[in-house]
Amino acid sequence: MEPTRFLGPSLALSAILFTLGVAGVLLRRNAIILFMCVELMLNAVNLTFVALAQVYGVEGWVMVFFVMTVAAAEAAVGLAIILAIFRHRQSVDLANINLLQG
Amino acid sequence: MESVVFYIFATAAVLGGVMCILQRSPVASALWLMSTMFSLAALYVLLGAELIGAFQVLVYVGAVLVLFLFVVMLLNLGQRSNDLRGPSGIAAALVIAGLLGIELLAVWRYTPSRLAAEVAQGPAMLDASAAFPAGQAMRQAAAHNVVQSVAEPLFRTYLIPFEITSVLLLAALVGAVVLAKRRI
Repeated sequence: MEPTRFLGPSLALSAILFTLGVAGVLLRRNAIILFMCVELMLNAVNLTFVALAQVYGVEGWVMVFFVMTVAAAEAAVGLAIILAIFRHRQSVDLANINLLQG
Repeated sequence: MESVVFYIFATAAVLGGVMCILQRSPVASALWLMSTMFSLAALYVLLGAELIGAFQVLVYVGAVLVLFLFVVMLLNLGQRSNDLRGPSGIAAALVIAGLLGIELLAVWRYTPSRLAAEVAQGPAMLDASAAFPAGQAMRQAAAHNVVQSVAEPLFRTYLIPFEITSVLLLAALVGAVVLAKRRI
């Protein structure tokens, strides 16, 4: 078996997915979809870690575990914030959430 | 054969990502994101990380996306008009994302030997010859139990980050309850 397979294609796919996540965050105003795009970016980073773990060693996998934990915590807290905002404003459209714009 | 499978799943992942950011309904977005995450799990298996693939399915698809779907269900948003930004916002977003994508796609050129050469030229953080015996990590993982080869660095080298992670999870748990509860 070839020791490192698909390194370049994996990194390129990860770049594409990360870019899609950034585009989604910038394009959409729905807070829930925005959070999904953040998850997409975290997944792209995980793919980079797994691809490079073939070269650097299993520490890359350990990093993936940490990223997954942080992603789960972030999703829980973020969705709780969205719920609290929705209860106040009956909307999750970010255009309506402009308290800090003055 | 394997590269055909790889490119099939890579195409599925990109398609899922594109549809996720273009779908109007949050439920459809979540389901497309789910297909992306399943494809990524398959890619992890192809890259030799079967354990990570299993955790991808369990944690992301089984927990995070289900959480998203629960919140969509709780919010009961109904039929909304298009929530894309205005024309100037779309143009700015495409320019920013396009520039970022071009920069990031430069990593396509990277191969293990080139990485080793660049690290060797840079500041001596790593001994390149020791860090890059090709495939050593995979051989090590295959020789031992895979779980053991992941658990050893997790509970030895990265013990403090691991403990901090548990504190983070506790904080997230308490924070989510406090935020989502109407009255404490």
